[in-house]
Amino acid sequence: MNSSTRLQLAQGGPSDAGKQGRRLARAVGWELILGILLLAAIVAGQILSPDFLTTANWTNLLANFVEIALLALPLTLIVITKEIDLSVASILGLSSSLLGFLWQARWPMPLVLPTCLAAGALAGLLNGFLIVQFRLPSLAVTIGTLTLFRGFSFVLLGDRAIADFPPEYSNLGFGTIGFLPIPFIFFLILAIVTAIVVHATPFGRTLFAIGGNQTAAQFSGVRTQRTKLILFAVSGIVSALAGIVFTFRFMSSRADNGTGFELSALAAVFLGGVSVVGGKGTVFGTFLSLLLIAVINNALTLVDVSNEILTIVTGSLLISSIVLPNLLSQVRERFRPRHSAETSAPVAQSVPQNPS
Amino acid sequence: MKRDYLMGKFGGLSQAWERLLRSREAWLVLLLAVLVIGTASANTRFLGSQNIKDLMLNVSLIALLAIGQSIPIIMRQIDLSVGSIVGITAFLSGLIFFDHPNTPNLLVFLVGTGVGVLLGAINAALIIWGRVPSLIATLGTLYIYRGADYAWVHGRQINAANVPASFLALGNIGFLGLPLLMWIVLLFLVLAAVVLRQLPMGRECYAIGSNPTAAVLAGINVHRRVCMGFLFSGGIAGLTGVLWLARFGTVDATAGLGIEFQVVTAAVVGGVAITGGSGTVGGAALGALLLGVFNSALVVLRVPPFWQQAFQGTMLLVAISVDAYLAHRLAIRLRIKRSHL
Amino acid sequence: MKPRCSLTIAVVCSLILAAPWAPAQEKKEIKKGLKIAFIPKNINNPYNVIETGGSLAACKDMGIEGKVVGPSDASASSQVSYINTMITQRQSAIVLAANDPNALLPYLKRATQQGIKIVTMDSDTAKEGRTIFCNQASSEMIGRSEVQMLAKEIDYKGDIAILSATPNATNQNTWIGFMKDELQKPEYKDMKLVTVAYGNDDDQKSFTETQGLLEAYPNLRGIISPTTVGISAAARYLSTSPNKGKIALVGLGTPNQMRQFVKDGTVKEFALWNPADLGYLAAYAAAQLASGNIQGKEGETFSAGKLGDRTIGKDGLVILGPPTVFSADNIDQFNF
Repeated sequence: MNSSTRLQLAQGGPSDAGKQGRRLARAVGWELILGILLLAAIVAGQILSPDFLTTANWTNLLANFVEIALLALPLTLIVITKEIDLSVASILGLSSSLLGFLWQARWPMPLVLPTCLAAGALAGLLNGFLIVQFRLPSLAVTIGTLTLFRGFSFVLLGDRAIADFPPEYSNLGFGTIGFLPIPFIFFLILAIVTAIVVHATPFGRTLFAIGGNQTAAQFSGVRTQRTKLILFAVSGIVSALAGIVFTFRFMSSRADNGTGFELSALAAVFLGGVSVVGGKGTVFGTFLSLLLIAVINNALTLVDVSNEILTIVTGSLLISSIVLPNLLSQVRERFRPRHSAETSAPVAQSVPQNPS
Repeated sequence: MKRDYLMGKFGGLSQAWERLLRSREAWLVLLLAVLVIGTASANTRFLGSQNIKDLMLNVSLIALLAIGQSIPIIMRQIDLSVGSIVGITAFLSGLIFFDHPNTPNLLVFLVGTGVGVLLGAINAALIIWGRVPSLIATLGTLYIYRGADYAWVHGRQINAANVPASFLALGNIGFLGLPLLMWIVLLFLVLAAVVLRQLPMGRECYAIGSNPTAAVLAGINVHRRVCMGFLFSGGIAGLTGVLWLARFGTVDATAGLGIEFQVVTAAVVGGVAITGGSGTVGGAALGALLLGVFNSALVVLRVPPFWQQAFQGTMLLVAISVDAYLAHRLAIRLRIKRSHL
Repeated sequence: MKPRCSLTIAVVCSLILAAPWAPAQEKKEIKKGLKIAFIPKNINNPYNVIETGGSLAACKDMGIEGKVVGPSDASASSQVSYINTMITQRQSAIVLAANDPNALLPYLKRATQQGIKIVTMDSDTAKEGRTIFCNQASSEMIGRSEVQMLAKEIDYKGDIAILSATPNATNQNTWIGFMKDELQKPEYKDMKLVTVAYGNDDDQKSFTETQGLLEAYPNLRGIISPTTVGISAAARYLSTSPNKGKIALVGLGTPNQMRQFVKDGTVKEFALWNPADLGYLAAYAAAQLASGNIQGKEGETFSAGKLGDRTIGKDGLVILGPPTVFSADNIDQFNF
C-alpha cells in the first residue's frame, strides 16, 4: 500500500465488498456493547433509587425521550450519507410556534396540524435545496438554517407562550396506553419503518453507498441528489412532528422550545455507532443509544442531579463514543505486525475531517 | 507599444478595481455604511455618543470571539465550545475578586486567559489524539464545560458590587472616547492580522484549510498548527470571559450561553469561509460589527427585536452562498488558465 | 326513669368535661417524616435563593425534610420535568412559584391525584391547580403603589416604561394589570406608558433591554421594574450612563443588590418584602396541609411558626403582609 492510499483510508476512503462482512460484524459488536451498557445502567438505576423500576417512572422516562428520539431517526439516515442536519431542533421549535400561533388565530386544529407538518417539510426542502443544488456544505447551511428557523419562531410568537390547547389534543402528547406514552408508540412505529427502509430496501442500500463514496455511487446510477433532497425533507417533517408532540406534552408553545435538542440527538446518533465519516451505522444502534441516554438521565434525575449536570453526561458520552473506538483501533494498529517498511507519518499527520 | 503600455496601466487599474469588488471587507463596509446612514436618517439618536459607546461595547465581545474563531475555521475546523469557556472564566474572574478583593486586574486577566488556554488544550487533545472531528469534539466540550460551570456555580451570582470599580471602569472609561475594552480588542485584531498575513505560520494555516492532504505532503506540521489554533481560540474565549465581567458586572452560570452560533455567523459573514482556507480576522471583526449594528438599528427603529435571529440566519446563508459561488468561479478560472498553457 | 336520667346526665357531664380536650385545635402537630419539595421560578436568581432559604429554615424548625429543585431558565416547560420527578419520588407536598398560570395544570392534577399537596407562592397558577396560594402582599397594593412611587418622583408628568420579567409570569401580569388600571386615574393624565419590555429575569437581557428603552424612547422619564433582576440590571446601566438621576427608577429590589445605587443617587426608593418570610410561610402552609391539619378552605387558621397564625382567605389565598419601602434612610438596616 502506498502513502496515498493510506491517506485516503485515514480520511474514510472507498469501501469495497470485502469490507461488508467486517462492517456488519463490527456493527453487531457495537450494539452488543450498547446493550450491555443499557442493562448495567438499568441495574445501577434501581440500586440508586428504589422508585426506578416503577411503571410511573418508566412512563416519564419514555415520554421524555420521545422528542429527541424522533429527531434522531432521520438524522441517522442523514449522517450515514455523510451529511449533517443541525437545524432539526429549530424546525421542532418552528412547528411548535406555528402551532401556537395558528391556534391563537382561531384556526381549527385539524387544519393546524397538517400545516405544521407542511412547514417542516418546506424547511427541510430549503436545507436540501441549498445543500444539493448549490452544493453548499451541510454543516454551514444547517448552522444558518438553525438560526433562521429559530428566528422565524421568535417572529411568530415573540416572548409569549401559548398554553390553552384543547384537552383532546393535549392528551395526544400526554396520554398513555397501558404505561406506554402515546407519543412513544408513534416513535416505535416510525423506528420500525425506518429500520426496514434502511436495512431491507434498495433505497437503504443506496444510503450506505452514498456515504461510502458519493462519486462512485453516482457513477453506479444512484440518484444521489434526489435521495438527499428526500432525506432532508423527511427530516423536516419528522422534526415538525416532534414539535407537535412537545407542544402537546408540555401544553406550551414557545419560540425557544427544543433549544439544544440537536446536540442530544446527534450525541445519540454517534453513540449508536453511526460513523462520522458516513457509510455505516444501524437504526437499532441509534435506538439503543437513545434508550441508554434516557435511562442514565432518568436515574440521575431521580437522585436529584440537576438537569444541567446531565449535560456533562451527554457531552462525555458523545465524545467517548468516538474517542474509544479510535483509541482501540490505534492500539490495535500499533500491535499489528508490519508488512512493509513504509512509515505511517502521513497518516499520523492528517486531522479528522468534519462531516460536511 | 504605446497602446500596450496604456493597456497595461488600465489593466492594472481594472485588476485592482476587480480585487476591491471581490473583497469581502469592501462589501461589508459598504453594507455598514448603508445601514448606518439609513437608520440615522430615520432616527438621529442612533448616532448619539451614548448609543455608539453601547454599540461598540456590545460588539467588542463578539468581535473578539470571532477573531479567535477565525483561526480554527480557516484551518477547516470549528470551535463550538467558546460560549461555555466564556461562562467559566467570567465567573472565575468574579470569584477571584469576591474572595480576594485586592487582586491586581492584570493577574485576573492572566488567570482567565490561562484557564481558557487550558480548556482549549483539552479540545486540541481530543481532536489530535482522540481523532475526533472538531465539530463533535467541541460540541461535546460545549456540553461538558457548561455542565461543569453549572455544577460549580450552583445558583450563585457575582454582583457588580463585588467587583472593584477599577475593573468595571474598563467597560466605561477609556481614551480617545473609546472604552478600554475596545482598545484591547483592536490590539488583538492587529496582532492576529499580522501573524496571519506576514508570518509563515499564518500562511500554513491557510494551506491547511485549503487542502489538508497537500499540506501534509508539503511537510507542514499540521498537528502543531491545529493544536495552536485551538489553544488560541480557547485563550481568546478565556480573555473574553474576563472582559464579560468588566462589561456586565453581574455574572451567573448562564454567561455566554448560546453565543457560539452568533460568533460563527459573524466570522462567516465576515468572509472566513466555513470550508477553510480563506478570510481575514479584519473581516470577522467587520462581520461582528455588521450584526451588532443591525441589532442596534432594530431597537432604535422600534422594530421588535425578534427579527434579529432571522436576520442572522439569512446573512449566514447568503454569505455561504456567495463564498461557494466565488469559489466555483475561481475553480473555473483556474481550470481555464491551466488549459491555456 | 331514674337510671336513664342519670345515664343522660352522666353522658352530658362527660361530654362537657371532655369538650376542652377533644380536638386540640390550636396546637396541631406537624406530621413526622414529611418530604416537601420547593420549585422556584428559576434557581440562579438571588431573590429565589433567599425565598427558598426561608423555606428550608422553616423545614428545619419543623423537623421535616425539605429540598429545592428547579430549572435555570424561568420557563414552565422546564418546571414540568421537576414536577414529574417529585411525583415519582412521592413527595408529601410541592411548593411552587409558577412560570405560567395554565401550562402546569395537567401535571399538578396528576400530582394531586397521587395525594401530593400543592401550594403556590409568589407566582400563582390557576386556582384549580393548587390548594393554597401564599401571596407576598395584596397584588393590587403592589401594582398601585409602584405607580404612585414613580409618579411622585417625576412630578406626574412624562413617558414611562415597565421592565418586566418573563411575559407569562402570573405575578408580573397581575401587578402590571393593576398598574395600568391605576394609570387610568385622572391624576396621571400627563403620564404615558409607552411600552412593557421583558428582561426574562436574565441579568444580561434586562441590561440590554434597558439600553434599548433609552435608545428607542428619548423622552422616557421613568421606569418601573417589578423584578429584582430587572431593577438591579437597570440601575447598573443607568448609573454608568449620562441619564443617571434624570430617569427615575422604581420597582421591587433586594436591599443588598440596590444599596450602592441608592447611595449614589440612581434610585431614590424601591419596595419589597422579606422573601425569606414568604418562603417560610409557604413551607408551613404546605406542611400543615400535608399533615391533614387544614384543608385549605376559607376561614381556616394555621400556625406559621415564628410568623404567627394565618387565616386562609377566599380561593385559598394567604397573605404575608404589607411591603416595605426602602430608601437611603433605612436601607442599611436590612441584610438580604
